[in-house]
This record gives sequence, structure tokens and C-alpha cells, in this order.
Amino acid sequence: MLAIYKRELRSYFKGAIGYVFLVVYLAVAAVVFAYSNLFAMSSHMTAFYTFMLLFSAIALPLLTMKSFSEEKKTKTEQLLLTAPISLPAMVFGKFLAAYTVFAAVSVFTSLYFLLLIPYTQLQVGVWLGNIVAQLLVGMVFITIGLFISSVTENQLSSAIGTIAVILGFLGIGLLNNLLPTTFFLRYVLDAISIFSRFQSFTSGYFELSSLIYYLSVSGIFLWLTIRIYDRRRYS
Amino acid sequence: MVKVEHLVKRFGNTYALNDVSFEIGSGEIVGLLGPNGAGKSTAMNILTGYLSSTSGSVSVGGIDMVEEPIEAKRMIGFLPEQPPLYPEMTVDEFLNFVYDLKGCTLDRTAHLEEIVKVTKLGEVRGRLIANLSKGNKQRVGIAQALIGDPQVLIFDEPTVGLDPKQILAVRNLLRTLAKNHTVILSTHILAEVQAVCERVIIINKGKIIADERTESIVRAIEDGYRYRARICGPQKEVESALSKLGGVKSVEATGERDLDSFAFVFDSAKGVDVRKAVFNLCVQRGWPLIGMEPVGTDLESVFIKLVDEAEEPGSTAKRRVH
Repeated sequence: MLAIYKRELRSYFKGAIGYVFLVVYLAVAAVVFAYSNLFAMSSHMTAFYTFMLLFSAIALPLLTMKSFSEEKKTKTEQLLLTAPISLPAMVFGKFLAAYTVFAAVSVFTSLYFLLLIPYTQLQVGVWLGNIVAQLLVGMVFITIGLFISSVTENQLSSAIGTIAVILGFLGIGLLNNLLPTTFFLRYVLDAISIFSRFQSFTSGYFELSSLIYYLSVSGIFLWLTIRIYDRRRYS
Repeated sequence: MVKVEHLVKRFGNTYALNDVSFEIGSGEIVGLLGPNGAGKSTAMNILTGYLSSTSGSVSVGGIDMVEEPIEAKRMIGFLPEQPPLYPEMTVDEFLNFVYDLKGCTLDRTAHLEEIVKVTKLGEVRGRLIANLSKGNKQRVGIAQALIGDPQVLIFDEPTVGLDPKQILAVRNLLRTLAKNHTVILSTHILAEVQAVCERVIIINKGKIIADERTESIVRAIEDGYRYRARICGPQKEVESALSKLGGVKSVEATGERDLDSFAFVFDSAKGVDVRKAVFNLCVQRGWPLIGMEPVGTDLESVFIKLVDEAEEPGSTAKRRVH
């Protein structure tokens, strides 16, 4: 697993994808932070983190689009699948590599808020809650991306497919607000919505159920990816 | 060392492999021979655990591929039809990655040094794989298969797309490797099997149609040979003289004429080499013999011959003198 992790991590920065992701993510975060906090003279974090969450939905597929689809296209997956390693180790190595890049840049952009310390009282609880929320949602996005990458053979369709699925998930949360509160379905949709779970963290509450929710959804997508590979051997 | 029992692989309604069984002993070098689409690659992909079979079993060194895939895969070095290389890595980075991937415990520097030496990659170690020639890419593919010193080496068409010099180099490398490994290689070139393998398994349409020592299969093919000769002499007379020769089954004047020579195709009876008799006949009659060569030794004819034999009533479906 470590070998795959290291190779993946290096391959992000051998080509342009890693740099493009980092530069664009940092630049967007800086602009959003400047507008929502510096120019607005505000220490509210909701605007910044909500925007970054939506931006991640589009940016993270950049990291995962190649993960499996490229290996399938160039047949390098034959090397991985005939090597003495298990399927979960292969999938998890790839996941960790993408996650490392995302987690590093996500935590780094959160440090922008430290710039506000001389001018205002930083709400440490809310801040930490937001950081954790970003890390958890990013984890779900990455696992969705890996799963889509494992069922496509083309980077572009992998990226577009991932964005579509993530936006679909986010859409559940947004559309849900239109449903009447008495409607039973609303509670069900609320429970499975990535977005509404996110909101509980951003107010500074650390909900165990939400943590378990994000870990489970990520786990399910990783499991599905492993299953795809397992099934393919029989096709 | 490698045991394959009643292997069946079905893709939808077509059988890529249909009840294939064979056993390969330690230190053997075996060629899997067959036309494109015969099931060679499928068989190799199943042997290496890349694909699973519909039914049947594969074991390597007594370890079952389905029950203990990781242990079984540890014993195999595999070069797929298309070498699995990451173009953005240098040769050194790639070999180190494979070393880590296989969880190799041998001394890293010494082991990789040895492999680079055997595969003659010394000069290109620091170069990007994307910039290597096809022959060198193939060598890197072979090098990665050797990492971890697996006992069984499986090479899927290792010489396809190489130039004649590279083909010879790869064949020499295979012979060197065969000294202390079990080697299985697939090819659709008969000469390759003759040059490298001790034993040949011929597959056609997912079935084994022959499994023999290479020399016996070559002899079997040469049995009852068909020859083509060019003789300077009156066509009719030569034809009738040839047909009266003992050991010649049938003669046909093809009608091809080149200056004063005519072409004749004739079949010799099983177990008889009529070439000397034909030569002597020409000397006696004063007809210069300007060429004589066997025809029909290409793989296609071998298949037709073997398939015909397998389908003959009363014959067993498979040749197996091995």
C-alpha cells in the first residue's frame, strides 16, 4: 500500500495536475477569503467554507479522475493486480495519496483565518469545526471520485461523472429545503444529505453521528471500488 | 510448479478457454503457441491472477491462486502483452517502485543492480520510460517481472513488435533466465518456440490440441512433408519421373516457369525423406536441380494438420506424447 501511495503522490507532481490543483485551490481560497472576510471586515466563516465546499466539488475530481481510469487505459493495472498485494491495499493507497494532497491544502487555507487574530476574537470552536467538516466532506468527494474513476476509462468522463454525482448529492440537501417540514421524506433526505450534515459542523457542534455518516459514506464508496475490481476479474 | 486443472473461461456465450489442463514442472521452459484469439493471453491472465476463471483451478508451487492469491502471486513474475510501464517515471524509479510494490526483501541495491545487468538496462537507467525505444521498454517490462526473484516467469508475446536484433537479444535473455526459472511464454511464431522452448502447448479456440516436446512436434510436422522443387527439364517427363519415385505420394507441376526451370510440388510419404532420391534422380537424368524447399511449415499448416488429426474419427482429441 505504501508503494502505491508514494507513487501516486509523486505522480501528481510529475505532471501538471498536482500543481494545477494546488495553485487553483490556493488562489480561489485567497480570493474568496479576501472578499468574504478581509474586504467585508468580517470574521464569519460560513461564506468562506461553504464556497470552498462547492469549489471542492469541482476541483477534487481533478485529483481522482486519473486514479484508476488511466491505469486501465495504459494497462498498468495489470502490474498492480498481479502484484502480491490485496485489492483493498491498492484502493486505499490511491485514496490516501489524493487525500493527503487535499488535506494539506485544505488545512493550509484554513490558516488564513489566523491573519484576523490581531483584529478580532477568533471563534476557535467554529474554526476547528469547519476544518474537520472540510476534511470529512473532501473525503467523501474523493471516494466518489475514485469509484467513478474505477468505472470509466477516460479521464474526462471520470471527472465529469464525479462532478455530476457530487452535485447530485449536494442537490439533495438544497432541494430538500423546498419540501414541507411535515413531509417524512424530508427527514430521510436530510439524513443522507452531505450538505446538511456539513452545516452542523460549521456551527461548531461536533456531532458523532455526522462523523460516522461521513466515514460510512466514504467507506461505502471505497468498498464499491474494491468490488468493481473484484467483479471485473470475472467479466 | 504450475498446475492448471480443467480451466474454463467464458465471456458471455463464447468460450475463451474450454477445459484446459496442463502441468509444468520446475525448471521447464514451455511455449504456449496459438493463433491470435486462441486463448493464450486469457490463459496467462488467469495463471497470474489478473482474471479469474469461470471454473477450474490454478496452483503455483502448490499454492492455489484463488485461495491464497497473494502468496501465489509472489511466486510469479509477469510480463503482459503490453508492458505495464508508467511513462512519467524513470527506469530506476520504476524498478524501485516495483521492488516496493512486491514487498521484496532482497538487498535493494544489489538485487536491482543484478536485474539491470541481466536485462542490459544500465545505459538507460536514468531516462524517462516515455522516451525509451520499444526494445528497451520491453526490457524494462522483463526487468520488472524479475524483481523479487520469482520462481515462475510468465511472458505474454515477449518479442512482438521488436526488430530482428532485439528479438534475438530477448530470446537469448529468455534462454539465460530458463536456467534457473520455470518459464512460460506465449507466441504465435513457431520458430520462436523452436528456438527457445523445450516443450510446446498448442492452443486453438480455447482448447489444447497438442502438448509435446518441441522436437517431437517439429518431427511430427515434418512427417509426410510437402516440398517444392525447381528443376530444369521437360515438364511432363520430370513430373512422371518424380511420380514413379519411391516415397513420393503425389506430384503436381504448378505450371510456373522461370527461364528453363519448372516448379513442382510433391508430397513425401510418412517417415520417408525423399529429398536425396529426388536429387539423385535429377543427377542421373542430367536435369539441374536449382532449388528444393519444404512448404507448409508455417503455423497455419501446423494447425490445419493438428486440427485435422484431432478430428479424425477414432483418434483421441489430444496429442500427448510428452
